[in-house]
Order: sequence, then structure tokens, then C-alpha cells
Amino acid sequence: MTLVKTKIGRRSFIRNAGLASGGLVIGFNWLASCKMTPEQVNNLPKEWFEFNGFLKVGDNGMVTIMSPNPEIGQNVKTAMPMIVAEELDVAWKDVIVEQAPLNTDIFTRQLAGGSQSIRQGWESLRMAGATAKHMLKEAAAQAWGVSADEITVKDGVLTHQGSGNSAGFGEMASAASSIEVPEEVQLKDNGDFSIIGTDKRNVDGKKIVTGKPLFGLDVYKEGMLTAMIVHPPAFGMKFKSMNAESVKSMPGIKDVFHFEAYPDDVERQWADGGGIPELVAIVGNSTWECMQAKKALDVEWEEASKLESSAYHDEALASLLEKPQEEPAREDGNVDAAFKKATKIVESIYSAPYLAHNTMEPMNFFAHVTSEKAELLGPIQTPEFLEKTLVSRLGLPAEKIDIMMTRMGGGFGRRLYGTFAVEAASISQKMNAPVKLVYSREDDMTQGTYRPSYKVKFKAGLDEDGKLIAWHVRGAGTNDDLIFENRFPAGAVDNYLAEKHSLQSNVTTGAWRAPRSNFIAGAEQAFMDEVAEAAGKDPLEFRLELFDRAINNPVGDPEKNDYDPQRYAGVLKLVKEKANWGSETGKARGVAAYYCHNSYVAQVLELEDTDDMPRVENIWCAVDCGIVVNPLAAKNQIEGGMIDGIGHSTYSAMTFEEGKPQQSNFDNYRLMRHSEAPKNIEVFFVDNGIDPTGLGEPSLPPAIGALANALYKATGRRHYNQPFINEKPPLVG
Amino acid sequence: MATFTLNINGKEQEVDVDPSTPILWVLRDHLNLVGTKFGCGIAQCGACTIHLDGTATRACMLTVSTVGDSKITTIEGLSEKGDHPVQKAWLEEDVPQCGYCQAGQIMTASAFLDKNPNPTDGEIEMAMNGNICRCGTYTRIKKAVKLAAKS
Repeated sequence: MTLVKTKIGRRSFIRNAGLASGGLVIGFNWLASCKMTPEQVNNLPKEWFEFNGFLKVGDNGMVTIMSPNPEIGQNVKTAMPMIVAEELDVAWKDVIVEQAPLNTDIFTRQLAGGSQSIRQGWESLRMAGATAKHMLKEAAAQAWGVSADEITVKDGVLTHQGSGNSAGFGEMASAASSIEVPEEVQLKDNGDFSIIGTDKRNVDGKKIVTGKPLFGLDVYKEGMLTAMIVHPPAFGMKFKSMNAESVKSMPGIKDVFHFEAYPDDVERQWADGGGIPELVAIVGNSTWECMQAKKALDVEWEEASKLESSAYHDEALASLLEKPQEEPAREDGNVDAAFKKATKIVESIYSAPYLAHNTMEPMNFFAHVTSEKAELLGPIQTPEFLEKTLVSRLGLPAEKIDIMMTRMGGGFGRRLYGTFAVEAASISQKMNAPVKLVYSREDDMTQGTYRPSYKVKFKAGLDEDGKLIAWHVRGAGTNDDLIFENRFPAGAVDNYLAEKHSLQSNVTTGAWRAPRSNFIAGAEQAFMDEVAEAAGKDPLEFRLELFDRAINNPVGDPEKNDYDPQRYAGVLKLVKEKANWGSETGKARGVAAYYCHNSYVAQVLELEDTDDMPRVENIWCAVDCGIVVNPLAAKNQIEGGMIDGIGHSTYSAMTFEEGKPQQSNFDNYRLMRHSEAPKNIEVFFVDNGIDPTGLGEPSLPPAIGALANALYKATGRRHYNQPFINEKPPLVG
Repeated sequence: MATFTLNINGKEQEVDVDPSTPILWVLRDHLNLVGTKFGCGIAQCGACTIHLDGTATRACMLTVSTVGDSKITTIEGLSEKGDHPVQKAWLEEDVPQCGYCQAGQIMTASAFLDKNPNPTDGEIEMAMNGNICRCGTYTRIKKAVKLAAKS
């Protein structure tokens, strides 16, 4: 057992602070509770006793666990409460899960991003359960006149073998909730886990399959108006004039006005991203009436800055690839000298376009702002930062701003940037009414905040034995410099040079699932295949040789290298075994491995043997993300991440002409569909007992490399430019 | 504005809306049936799939004035207790990630299985091709459709 001080995040365990959340939860209770089975509904306790901000115990032994972080489909709403329940030792069937509202007095890092919810919540979630269990044991010990150390707990039942006493949590809840919070608590050994590591189904599953209100767009409140926005048709344009008066008289329309969501005096947070400062709002009684008014509204725009086209981005990025970085991001040895000595040199350029996030639920938010307070409810990955911006934007103190997160119809990074919530609050303040802002798909797709467009050039040198002696990478992106200079193969090559550039653009960009990794991994792993081929070596063995070097004799300061070569090699070896790599299947195969978000993933991908457009038939995927809290859902994340990577790199692109997005809906922006998806996926987790790391993002990046490498085997051509479907000559025929 | 009497989930419902209003917004904005989702508005993503006389139909482009006496079934009316074989299979396979598209996926799958109770993998893929899942739950959806077909 591990003894931990509860001082870390102790504010979470102070009972009075916990009670502060009560009032807010009641206000939003139509959305709050989930995973109530019919039995639970019939057996709701008469009274709840709050132990800390994370949990309360009912007089009948049922336990409500608050899930602190926003749920975007990464399944933290199931996984985080599982961790609390584990240390509490309550039976999972007796647990009710609720989404916690934003409450910075109780919770830290209520954020969905960077695949960090479980990793960073791990200790506080465990402490929340362990602390409450300690208090329940103390209460039982006092009631029975025995030592708490002699009391055992299982499935919500406290037992003292010696005296023969036994009681459910419900019987002790009242007394236990007033016991002093311990200074330190004991956490379980991994071997004693009975909930963590078991398959638990999505706590919102029943509501999802029966169409119950869960998402931001499902919010309807008494007296609520609907709002839509009109934003500039092109990046670089600003508002000039409009025919608002004739539209205001249309049926159901309340107002049409030009507004700034971010006036100059607003203190912006990073989570405000690149939101468009000037917009037109249309406010009405219903969504369809607003959509009709939007069609009728004629807005004139004028040029405010350069109108950029994709051809410009391509040329500007390409020219950056020819430019050395003044102070290279990392330099080991001397690549120039090594290239002179090399017997073989491989050089390639890879590229990828802008991508839209395209969450299935378009951006939206409910806001009710009065002169006294603000109530906000909707899908947001960064509620804490939204609150800070709203304090500045609305002129209200933080305690007068209530923010509640709904379940989100996808995030992928888009909902890190809560511009839409600030817009909703601005509109509600102006209208002095509760308002739900709704983006159309076109608004959503053409608004910006895109995955940047990237280009990267690799150059590798091999000696006469096929040993990698030099590696040079130079990358560039729009508003982003792409390169992680201390990731593999840094540390595995004597002569290594990493350079990076960023191209400033007025096309706004933001984090998109596995930022940067979502491009650089695929490019690097495809290039690694080219180098292995030039070296005359098996691509998987070639990678393992490099990891051996990084393990046994790392180049430079090993502390600088942003990866553990043992774990990296470990997933490659596991996938090698599971896919039976090296056996002749007669089908085209590719391998790739990558490290990001503190986790390691290796994949072997196999294409169907067909003359048609190649389709992925099988994927074997090995993952080292430490302890897996919920394997059933973890596999879902890994599968989805790979499909995301394969789908986008094959089919998707955002392009621009004179600043205007050329794709606006799913008729011209192609996403992967059922008949194009991989047929079989097998996922294998490394069982090493290390504290959990990222899961929602790490499977995406390498899948693109594995796909490119398999496509080479199938077609005989390397694939350098995403989306691969546009490669000339075409993939097929 | 005009009054329409609609047969939704076996119940007659009266609404007073603009005749051009799509059923999607009639359901969501006027009848508090929010299970049918807005995704694209141009019948490309399938999130708004309902049954119109048993056939999977996109509610976002189906105007209220064209429905007449046809019977509309939404996800809320697919089964009384949420225990339609397709819904049960979705839970059994733990299909959803974000969950937003799943009502539409379920409505497409249930109408399809009514007409083709023993589909091949290829038939399932073609039937489901109009429904996008941005989270990439396609492999699980296929498993769930096959499981539902068995039961």
C-alpha cells in the first residue's frame, strides 16, 4: 500500500468547500445525473452525506461520484469515477455518476485536452475515494469500539471479523461524514484493484441510445431565444455594412446586429484562440427562422488584411524548407560532415493540408447573462479559461458566473477554444435574455481554428554498412513550427539536426487531436521506411536497432530526449509478435511507431488484396499507456484514433482561394465512411503497472505512417502529400 | 405559419410552423424531441435519421408540409423502454464515444435490419454509408449491427 499526504489538492477534501458545489448542481439537475438504472431510481436514498467534492454517500449505501472533467467522447465520465470507486471499495452497480460543474474551489484542471485527464487526475481521484473510505472505517470503529485497522471493506460493506460486526456504507454515512479528514491516506496496491482494469460500459450509454438530452444543442429553457452568427466569408475580411432592417421584420426574428465578442479591452486567454472579433448576430424564436433570416441577410465585407490562397501557403512553406534556422532547435555532432562521408543519402519532402475539426455537434452554447449574474451551459473543453474571459468580457466577478459542461458531440481540440461561448454570452447580454447560440455546419467548418498546414523535409545519411549516421529534419507550418526536436530519432543518431519555422497566416489555427504529432509522426515514420529500404534492412528491425542505440549509448544528454527507448522498443516488439511480422501473408503491410502524450504506440497495418482503392483490412496495435483503467473503452479510443488518422490522411483537406474556405459541408469535405473503414482491429496493451498516461490521442499519429508504408507496398509508390486520395497519378488505375 | 397534424411515435401532434420548416427543427424546437440530431443540414451526415413509414429518412431536408399522414418514428419512439434489439446491441458492444451520431446510426441500422434481417458485411457497410461517425466507431457499429441481426 502507498501512503499519500492528502495535502496535495487538499481543498478538494474539505467538506465545507464540497458543499459549495451543491447550489449550482441543483440549478442544472435536468442534465446532471446519469447512469441511473431502474433499480437505482427506485432505491434513491432519503438523505445524502457529502464526504468531499468528489463524492457523497446515501443513507442506503448508494454513492454519487462527480466526474470533474469535461466529456468529449474520451470516456472520462466513466473512467474518472471508476478510479474514485476503486479506492472507496464500493460496488460499481451502486454508483451514480454526475458531471461536476466548473468549480475551481474544489477541482484542479477541469480541462479536456492533451490526453491528460486520467494522468493528472489519477492521484486526486484515488485520494478522494481513499479518504472517504478512511472516514467510513473510523465511524464504524467508533461505533463498534474496535480499531479501524482491523476493519475490512468490500463492495460497500464494512466488516470487523473479530467482533462479528458488519455494516453497509449507508449505515455509517451520517457519522462518517463528520469525521475529520485524515492528513494522509493509504492507497491500494495495483494488485488489489477490482474495478480499475475491468470493462465498464459508458455511463451515458442508455441515454445516448435512447436519444435523451445530453448535448449542448439539446439545451432548451423557458423563454430561450435562438441565435446564429454570420462571420466574414474569407480570412482577412471585416464587416462593412448590411441590410439588417429588412431582415428584422422577418417572421420570428427579434434582432439582427453587428457586434464584437472581443472588444479591445477584453483580456484574452489562450483558450480564446483565434476567434473572429467582429460578427453579425441574428436572434429569433427558432432555429429555422434564424436560418431563413441568415439566407436573406446581405452583408457587405471589406478587405482588412491579405487574402491568402492555398497556393500561397504551399509556396511560402516550401520556401521556408530551403531556409536554415538561425539557432537550430537541436544539433548533435555535425550533419554536414556526416553527409559528406555517407555512402547513401535519402531526401524527401512531405506535406499535409489544413484540416477542420468537424465535431459532429456543431459549435453552440447557452448563455443567460443579466446585470447580476451569468449562467452558461454547453460543450466546452476549457471551462476554467472561459470563466476568466467572461469576467473580463461581462464585467462580473467569477463567483457570479456559473459554468456547466454538457456532454460534447466531439471535441478533437476544437472546443478548447471557447469563442462560441463568449459570443453566446455577448449576445445574451445585449438581448437581456437567455440565448442558445447555434452554428450551422457551414459556420462551423469555415470559421477557422484549423489544424495547420505543414511541410517537412528529411535528409538521412547511411554508411557502407547501412548504419544511420546523419539525420536532418526541417519543418514548417502555418502559425506553428511543427518539430519536436527531442523526440526520436534524436538520441539514436550521432549527427542530428532539427530546424523549424512558422509561417504567419491570418487563417486561424488551433490544436487538433494530437497537435503536430498528427502530421510529423506519419511523415517521419514514412521517411524511416525509405531509409530502412535504402539500408537494405527490414523496417521494423531497422527501428529496433536505433532504439538499441538510444538505450545502450544515447547521443547527447539522455535527459533531454523526450522518450523512453525501452518502452518505445517494447511496443514495437509486442506488435511484431502479435502481427507475426515477417511472415508472408501476400498482402501489403506497413509498420510505424510513435510516442506522444506520454504514451507509446506501434502498429502494423495490412491492406486488402484488391485492384480497387486499397482499404485497410487488418490492424494490430500495441499500446503502452501504463495502467488501463477501462480496457473496453480504452480499445474504443485506440480504434477511433487510428480511423481518425487513416481517414483524414486519405480523404480530408481544407483549401482556400483569396482567403475563402473552399469546403463548407460534408458534400465537399470528405470524411471516412463505413465502407472505407478498417475491417479488423486488434489492440494489445502493455501490462507494466506504471501510472496511466495519455490514451485519446496517441494512436492517431503513427497510423498515418503505417498506412503510407503499406500503400507503398501495395502500389510501389511512396505517398508524400496528404490527402493520399489526391496523389498524382491516382492511387488506383 | 400553418398548422400541421403529425403522427409521431404513434401519437398525433399539432404544430404551428412555417411550411418550409424541416421535420428536424419541428422535432427539436417545437416538440422537445431532441434525440434527432443536427449535423449538416444537407442530408450528408445522417445524424438526423428518422423513420418515415419505416424507411430511414433524413429529417433535416424533409419539410413539414410534405409529410402528410406518414408515420414518423424518432429515436425516442424506437422502443418504449430503450430495449430495441439494435439499442441493446449498441450497449452490449459499448459503441459510443461522443455519442452524438449514434441515434442516427441506430435509426438507419434498425430500418435496414427490418428489410434485410441477415445482411452480409458488405450490405451493412453500404446501408450505413450515409451516417458519418467522426469518432471512428465504425468497427463497433458493424459488430453491433451483426449482433442485433442475430437476436
